Order: sequence, then structure tokens, then C-alpha cells
Amino acid sequence: MPETKFEPWNDPNEKPLIEFRGVTKRFGTFTAIDNQSFDIYTKEFFALLGPSGCGKTTMMRMLAGFEAPTEGKILLGGKDIAPIPPNKREVNMMFQSYALFPHLSVWDNIAFGLKRDGKDKKAIAARVAEMLKLTRLEKFANRKPHQISGGQRQRVALARSLAKAPKLLLLDEPLGALDAKLRQDTQFELMDIQETTGTTFVIVTHDQEEAMTVASRVAVMDDGRVVQVDTPDRIYEDPNSTYVADFIGDVTILSGSVTPKDKGYELRFAEGQPTLYADSDLSLTDGQTGYLAIRPEKVAVSPEKPEDRRNALKGKILDIAYLGNLSTYHVELPTGQVVKAQTANTRRLANRPFSWEDEVWLSWSDSAAVLLER
Amino acid sequence: MIRLSWFNVTSLTLGFAFLYLPMLLLIIYSFNESQLVTVWAGFSTKWYGELLTNESYLDAAWVTLRVALVSSTIATILGTMAALVLIRAGRFIGRTLFSGMIYAPLVMPEVITGLSLLLLFIGIGLDRGVVTIILAHTTFSMCFVSVVVSSRLMTFDKSLEEAALDLGCSPFQAFRLVTLPIIAPSVISGWLLAFTLSLDDLVIASFAAGPSATTLPIKVWSSIRLGVSPEINALSTILIGIVAVGVISASLISKRTMLRQMAEEQAAERA
Repeated sequence: MPETKFEPWNDPNEKPLIEFRGVTKRFGTFTAIDNQSFDIYTKEFFALLGPSGCGKTTMMRMLAGFEAPTEGKILLGGKDIAPIPPNKREVNMMFQSYALFPHLSVWDNIAFGLKRDGKDKKAIAARVAEMLKLTRLEKFANRKPHQISGGQRQRVALARSLAKAPKLLLLDEPLGALDAKLRQDTQFELMDIQETTGTTFVIVTHDQEEAMTVASRVAVMDDGRVVQVDTPDRIYEDPNSTYVADFIGDVTILSGSVTPKDKGYELRFAEGQPTLYADSDLSLTDGQTGYLAIRPEKVAVSPEKPEDRRNALKGKILDIAYLGNLSTYHVELPTGQVVKAQTANTRRLANRPFSWEDEVWLSWSDSAAVLLER
Repeated sequence: MIRLSWFNVTSLTLGFAFLYLPMLLLIIYSFNESQLVTVWAGFSTKWYGELLTNESYLDAAWVTLRVALVSSTIATILGTMAALVLIRAGRFIGRTLFSGMIYAPLVMPEVITGLSLLLLFIGIGLDRGVVTIILAHTTFSMCFVSVVVSSRLMTFDKSLEEAALDLGCSPFQAFRLVTLPIIAPSVISGWLLAFTLSLDDLVIASFAAGPSATTLPIKVWSSIRLGVSPEINALSTILIGIVAVGVISASLISKRTMLRQMAEEQAAERA
């Protein structure tokens, strides 16, 4: 059913909700955002992902109105938002620290924005009740923020920012303060709420797993630039650079000169080692340097050389990371380079075939590795 | 209960004696029958009665109270505004000069502050009285309020204000509905500090006071020069009583609030 699939970014008739047009932000001599342009569509769950200091929070603060672009424009529904102060924008934000008002009850925190709009009491009460129900906080309406747990505070912050039904909701590291288990539950809860309310969400996070779980599209940022904007699966399977490949998930990167062959290229990564092949649409010249990114779970480990695959390397097991359901093998090639391979532990521990110092063969299919230009 | 060693007991006794023995003597002598302060002649409360009928003391007390109330309120408003500018406005031209000038009265000798105010009042032809004392007290107590409030603002989570703006507040509404209620305890303690400073100030008040208005400290000081009267002892005992009740109840209230908050936070984390 391709017509029900949510992909507004592939539809040329769809108008984006937010457009960044050549946005640059400088703080003194420091450039936080460097001439960036990209779009966010209505009802998207858009993630800005990057290490701390990459400019993702600045991006969000410009949307909220706490910072103004030095150059360029940000359009919301086709209109430049630069002259609109934060209190007049149809954008709400959920703060990293939650920023709950400590002197107000949960109920009053959620009602705060509605009261500023001068709505009548009945309408406010109805909307607050709706928000309390949505975030399962009915029991805590009369408590003060210090009287509830961290997870509940997070939900109050979410309810408060959703209460005014903004066109756009910004979430700044919303789950950073929660422990791992609660984090996972809350991620799914966030997705449910996003779907129920139909609000456009923009989330800022440094946690790649979180971005991959919740987002419809992920923008990977580095040093003030958006490196790649794509769906989570394409970010993972089709990274456009070694930076993205390395930032998202685990990867082994081998570099060397490439030679065109068949539907892709052959890569010579070290003297005395077999060449590696990867299918690729890139147009590289003979002898140019290419980077081969191989995900560990796509690498098979076997005691004998597999006959049916062109990509096969011999090495010695250096380390085994046992994760319960999976095991990651760090295999050292004779050149000293380490290639990671991951296998699912379908059998019990006693039957596992490999141990430290074992000589093994690593292999992968023609389409398993991604060839990158940079 | 920790058992105290003889050393602890001795140092504790000496410490308390050093701090409170003079006051204890004063309180005891306020109940002295005799006209002579240093000769004990039996228990009596007559000096308290005389004090209440002494118009000049009552007038002075009333002036002191009015001056303290008005000047501490003005100082609190101005001092809080100054603190907000210092902490919030970021770097502006003349910021260092501004902060230096706000804090200067903290270290300025009171005599100089008083003298310069006196010159100013004479210069502009302002008759010395209640108004000039209020102005003078506002001037020197404002910086104390600024110090108290700005130290609170430094630890104030700025995202709370941003959240208020984000939810539709104008900057002034954000201050009134969010910042002010949260920093209220420090504003109140700033006010109390200004109030007590004004109550017991002698030096600056004596420069700014005129024949039409005298504050209690000036009154006490000038009557001491004519000899210590038991009336003064009675007056001082009343003041000590007021201060003691204030300090003890304030610390009890704040301790109880703190304990309750801690208990509630623990309960919330367990839930």
C-alpha cells in the first residue's frame, strides 16, 4: 500500500511546514550553524541528531524564537518567523530540564499557556483534563512538581507543551534524565502521542538509538552542518559519508584505491590482502580513494573459507563481546586492522563455535558493504 | 545523643557567655527598682510603664518604624531591578562600572555616605526629616538587597523564564508569574535585611535626621550621653524580645518547610 505510506518529503506537491533557507548563526566569531537549508513537513517526527556542540540545540532555539538567525530565513507555513517573538509563535517547546514551574501544581502548570490565551475557565478545565488523560496524570493533578517522580515530571512537561495544540512541538533531549528502561517505554509513548495529536514534532538528541526509534526522518549534524537528512533505515543502510556511517551504529571502515568492476568497484585496502568488492551507484575514477563501510551484522564468521563469496578475509579473533542475544567478534587481520562481525546467539553458550585466538574467515555479500566517497 | 567532652562544654559556655552575658545583664537591670543602673534594689516593672508614657520615645519608635518600612520597600524594588539587570542583561557597555557602583556602598564608610547625603540635601534645599532619612536608608540598603537577590538569580534556571515566554507570556508577565514567585524568599530576606539595617542605623540617620524627626537609635544614643537610664534598658529588652521571636519563628518555619519538602520528594521517588 504505497499510497498510505507517510512520505511527504517525496511528494513534490506537499508544502513543507518549516523551511530553513540558508540559515547561518554566529555567536561572535564562532559559527554555530553554517548556511543550512532543509525542510520539515507537517505531522513529521523529525530528529536532529549529533554530538554535543554540533549546533542542534541552536537550531531548535531558533525555531522557538530564543535565538535569531544571523543570515538566512526560517519559514513556518510559508511565513518568515524572524519578527515573531517566542510568546506569539505557534511553536511550543519541551525543555531538557523540563522547566516545570515549581510553585504551581501539575494542573496549573498545564493550564499556564491556556490562561495566557485568555480562554474561558470551562474550556481551560476541559483541555487540561484532556491533557492529563493523554499523559495518564489524572491522579497527580494537585501535586507540585517536587512531589512527583522524574518520569511523571517528563509527562507533565509534555502535557504542558502540547496543551496549546501548537503547530510545531520542539523537544530538547526530552528523555535525557530518565533511566534506560523508562526511556524505552517513553519513546513509544511519545510516538503514540505524536500520532494521536497529529502534531509535528522536532526532537533534539545525541542518542542515535532514540532518534532511530522515534523519528520519521533523521538529520545527522556535525559541526554546524546537516550532513544527511533521511529516514532511519536509509541513514543506517545508505549513509552518505563515513561520518554518518560511524555516528549511527557500529561499523568497520576500510579505505583504499578503487577500480571500477561489474556493477560497482573493487577496493584495494592493503598490500597482500585480497581486494574487496561492493555494488555502488557512485561515479568514481580509477585509482580514487574510497571508503568501504561494513556493518558487523552483515559479516559472517566461518572456520573455512566460504567458496561462494568474493569478499573473504582471514583473521584472528581478538575479542568477543557477549551481549546475550548477540556476540560481537573483533577480528584482527594480518595487517593489524580490526574488522567487527556480529552473530546472533541462536544456540546456548556451550555450543558456541569460536574462541579467542581462533583463526576464522570473515565474509559478506556483494551488496552488504557501502562504498563511500568521503 | 552525642556526649560532650569537658572541652566542648567549656568552649560552648565561654562562647555563649561572650555573646549573651552583656545582653543578659541588660535584661536583668531593666527589671531593677533602683534609678541607678548598676545598683540592684529589687524587682520591678515600673520602667516599662514609664517607657510607655514617654512621648518622645514613642514618637522616635514610630518614626523609626515608618522609615524602615518605606525605605526597605523602595530598596527592595530598586535592588531587585538592579540585580535583574546585572544577572540577566548579559554584557552591556558599562556593566562593570554599573555593578561596581551598585556594590560600592557595601564597603563605603557610613560616615562618608552620610556626609555626602547631608551635602546633597542641603544643596537642593531639602528640609531634613522623615523623607531625608528614608532616602538615605534606601540608598545604603539597596545594595544589600541587590547582593541577596542576585546571588539567588545566579542559580535561577533561565529555562523557566523561557518556558513562560514559550507558553505565551510577555517578558513582564514571565517575571511576575514565574520569576518573582520563585525568587520571592530571597526578595523577602532582602527586604528583611534592609528593614533591620534601617532599624538600627545610627550613623547615616544622624546625618539625615533633622529636628522634626528622630529615630530610636539616635534617641537612645543621645540620652545615653546624659547617663544610662533604666528606661533605655527596658526599651532594649523589648527590642531584644522582638528580634528573638522573629529569628526563632523564621528558623522554625524554614526548617519545617525544608523537612516537609524532603519527605515529599522521597515519597515521590518511591511511588
